[in-house]
Order: sequence, then C-alpha cells, then structure tokens
Amino acid sequence: MDKFKLRLYITGKTPKSERAIANLKEICEKELKGLYVLQIIDVLESPQLAEDEKILATPTLIKDLPPPLKRIIGDLSDSDKVLLGLDLSPVLDSNQGKEDGR
Amino acid sequence: MNKTEASKGIEKIETGIEGFDTISEGGLPKGRATLIAGTSGSAKTVFAVQFLSEGIIKKDEPGVFITFEEPPEDIRKNVISLGWDVAKWEQEGKWAFVDASPVVGEDHVIAGEYDLGALLARIEYAVKKIGARRISMDSLGSIFARFSEAGLVRNELFKIATAVKQIGVTAIITAERTEEYGDIARFGIEEFVADNVIILRNVLESEKRRRTMEILKFRGTSHQKGEYPFTVIKNTGIVTIPLSGIELKQHSSTVRISSGNLELDKMCGGGFFRDSIILVSGATGCGKTMLSAEFAANATKNGERALILAFEESREQLFRNASGWGIDFEQMENDGILKVVCRYPEAEGLEDHLILMKSIIRDFKPHRVIVDSLSALERVSTIKGFREFVIALTSLIKHQEVAGLFTSTTGELMGGTSVTEAHISTITDTIILLRYVEMYGEMRRGITALKMRGSMHDKDIREFNIDGEGMHIGKSFSNVTGILSGHPVFTALEEVDRVRDLFKEA
Repeated sequence: MDKFKLRLYITGKTPKSERAIANLKEICEKELKGLYVLQIIDVLESPQLAEDEKILATPTLIKDLPPPLKRIIGDLSDSDKVLLGLDLSPVLDSNQGKEDGR
Repeated sequence: MNKTEASKGIEKIETGIEGFDTISEGGLPKGRATLIAGTSGSAKTVFAVQFLSEGIIKKDEPGVFITFEEPPEDIRKNVISLGWDVAKWEQEGKWAFVDASPVVGEDHVIAGEYDLGALLARIEYAVKKIGARRISMDSLGSIFARFSEAGLVRNELFKIATAVKQIGVTAIITAERTEEYGDIARFGIEEFVADNVIILRNVLESEKRRRTMEILKFRGTSHQKGEYPFTVIKNTGIVTIPLSGIELKQHSSTVRISSGNLELDKMCGGGFFRDSIILVSGATGCGKTMLSAEFAANATKNGERALILAFEESREQLFRNASGWGIDFEQMENDGILKVVCRYPEAEGLEDHLILMKSIIRDFKPHRVIVDSLSALERVSTIKGFREFVIALTSLIKHQEVAGLFTSTTGELMGGTSVTEAHISTITDTIILLRYVEMYGEMRRGITALKMRGSMHDKDIREFNIDGEGMHIGKSFSNVTGILSGHPVFTALEEVDRVRDLFKEA
C-alpha cells in the first residue's frame, strides 16, 4: 500500500481543532498504522500556507498522496465520510461502493 | 484628528469614482462595510476593483481584494482595459489578493463541523501585510453555492464583516440580486452589512440598456436619493452622472457676444450673453447648421475657440457646406481655434456621449460650444434618459461659463415643436425659431427670437435668405399670422393696422 501524505489545517487551538486532531489520529492509527505522514498547520501562525492552498474553511484535511488530491472539511467526527474522502471506503454500504476503486 | 471624529459623526472617504463622491456627499462611510448589490452584469466587480484602484492612484492607499468568484488571473486581465495595472500594484505591495475562488476540478467532502476561520485569518494577514486601508469582497453569492449550510455561512460572513470593522478598513461587499426591483440581495446577505447599501441596476428599457446606481441607505449620514445614470468607459471605469447633485452656482454675465449675424444680434437686443444657452429650432434644411457655423466662425474672428459637436453630418459634408457660406473650417482647425467632432449618435449610449463631450470640453477649453443637433441624440435614448442628458449637458456647459448653442430639428416642416424643446426650453436663455412660411406657392423662411432672458428683444417674425455669404435677415412678415402653428393666413395690410391700433391706448 502507498504511503499516505496528509495535511490538516486548523485555526488556533479551538475545541473544534482539538477534536479534528483527535479524530484524525484515531482513524489513522486504526486504518493506516505506520503508513502515513501527518502535518498539522495552524492558519493563524502560517497564513501564507493557507493562502497558497486557498483554504477557506477549517478544519480542512488535504490528502496529497496517494493521488487523487482530496479535501475533507470539518472536525472529522463523521468517520465514514472521512474514510470515503481518503478513498479507503471500508465497510461498505453498497451505495458508496463505486468510490472503492482501488 | 481622533478627538474630532466622534463629534463629527460618521466620516466618509472619497472613493475617487467620478460622480459617485457627489451623490454620496463625500464618499463611503469610513471604517464601515458597504453592500453593493446588483444583478449579473451590473458592474459590481468593476465598482469593487475601482474602489481599490482609485485608492491606490489618488490617495496611495493600499487595498486587499477578496475574490470568491473569478480567479485573480481573470480579474487582472479584465481590468487592464479600464487602465488598472493590478499586477504592477501587487509587485509594489499596494494590492493583495485573497483568492477564495473555486478550485477547478477539486471537490470536497464535509465530515463534521467547520467554520470559515481560515478565510478571516487570510484577510487579516493580507491587510496587515500591505497596510491596507480599503478592501473589496466580490461576490458573496458564490460562497453560498459552495457550502450548503446557508445559515452557517451567513453567520461566518457576519463574523468577517464585524472583524473588518474592527480592523478599521473601509470595505465593499458585493452581492447578487435576481431582479432589478425586488429583494436587496440573495441569501439574506443585507442583514449583516445593512448599514450601507448601494444598488446597481442595468435595466432594459425600450430596447436600450440603461445603467443606474442608487444609494439605498447610509446609516447615520446623508446622501443624495434616487437613481443616477452611470456608464463604464475605457481607461476610466465607472463614471456616475450626478444630476440633482449639480449645483447651479455659475455667475451670470452681462457681456454680449455676437451671433455672427448683425441683424440677429439686433433682434436679440445686442447679441447673446456670453454664458448663455441658446436653442435654435427649425425644420430640416431651414438654416440651423448655417447659423451655428456663423456662430462658430464669429468666435474665431475674435480669437476665441469654438467647438462643434456634429451628430447629423459627416466632417466632409460640414466643411463643404461651410465653405458654401464663405467659412473656411479647415483653416480654422489648422489654426487651433476650432475643433469639429463628428459622431454617429448610435455609436454609443447617451451617457458615453456626455462623458466624451465633457473630456473634449475639458481639454480644448472652448469659449463657445455648438451641438448640431441635440435632437439627433434623442433617438438613441429613452425619453427619461434624454432629459437627464440635456440637464447634465447644460449644466456642464454652464459650469464652464461658455456659450452653448444647440440646434433642434422639428418633426414637421411647418410650425411644430420637438421633444428636445419640451425638455430644454426652461433651461435655455435664448430660443431662436427658424420656420418655413408657405406664401403664394413659394417656401420662404422666417426667423424670430422667441425668448431672450434678461434682455429686450425684437418680437417680429422676419423673413431671411441664405446665399453665398450666409444669412440675410429682412423685413417682418407683418401681414401673415399663424406661422408658428404651421398654418399661415394672409391678412390685408389695412387689417394689420386696424388690429395694431386696437391695442393702442387712446
């Protein structure tokens, strides 16, 4: 399996940011243990990085690798949607099955 | 400065948009957000870009442009023709984009709660980076299309609007409307920036597009009310025509100038006043253009400059006709004392014609301005638009304190009036009527000074002829009545004398 390269953009240390970080770590540990690199970027500290990526909403998770590039917005509390966004679609509701190409 | 701020109430900053600062009585409320609402194609983006551009050009105030719709690359390209080099300003650190336009081919998944904190952080960062005093956000509608939770987006935008106020910059926020006369904006946007609202309209009226702007409200400060026409022109951008904002503050001169015809001067009690508006009305071919040519030639004789704005004839026609009356326009133009501008009325909208006239008058600084004919411009506009144009044109000429001579073609050969006259007669100082008089199977011409404000004048209707030396005014048609109504009736001379005696006091 390819290595996952993930970037999480947050705005300050708000409860929403903390939730997003915790949710993401949990999913990654469960599904991608040892197979991912995660970078956390605080937009308040590095606004230019947010400008470069045209980030509007936070938290935003960007999956750089493996392609295709995907954006997942929100505190990542909806883990099914997160997996769908990461193209990991696990357990599979049949209606989401199409997304499970790889 | 700070001490007086509270006592003065709300300060305004001049936008630099021509005409807008007049109707807004000083510009946009300083340190506040103003909503610019308009349908698609109503020049919202131009307004938003121009607000920043004028700030940079005229006041050296940097600006941040937040674009939700068009990518920065498109905006840079689109406004070059309006004379704004955004890319250069970006390099000089006077302009910064916050690019919130949609990323093509990239969609997102929503997985939980979010807010637009990153957008606010980027705006604050850009403002700080270049020391911005002005910001424009264009346009809010598209962000609602990208995030389905309208309530959340509205709430977030409210936060941004509040934050912008706190930073102390003056902001413009644009938003779409679905119809010209209806809700202020979609998605209830006006609710959070409701302090100041400006509406831009682009109405189709009698097959013609007419742009207007209206300041709906400025909370806590004054502005002119109603719709004002505006236009978007090359190398300038938006130009508003402030009709009622025009003050009639010109002086009145008692100095007389010659009409170019001694007899006509006599009829007018010694010539026209130097700063008056003269209307010459008549049917086609009865000598209006000749009278204006003589008026122009007379100016140049006295070393004054004359400007002829011709809308009926081509340059060649006009020059050839003038030489038929012994007037050499070509020589005068070479001497720099005459300028002839011929334009096709349909070539542009009335607003554009007006702006063009204004710039020519400003550059050439004529002593006399001739418009031949005003009625030709009538057909390119709606009646309302034409009336506004005439008022704006007269005030423009009066402000320069020069003489303006307008010709107007009447629809009927004999007698009659035109719409032009109905709109203009009260603002003119002098009205000269040229009329055909049918007499014993012959068309003859009559002239009369109908009105001569502030002066005695001849009330007779006199006969005149045109030959290779111009116009010759002769005796009055004392035994003809009904010339002006177009139904001449001949009366025996004895009857004329009898009627005259009737009013004589014994």
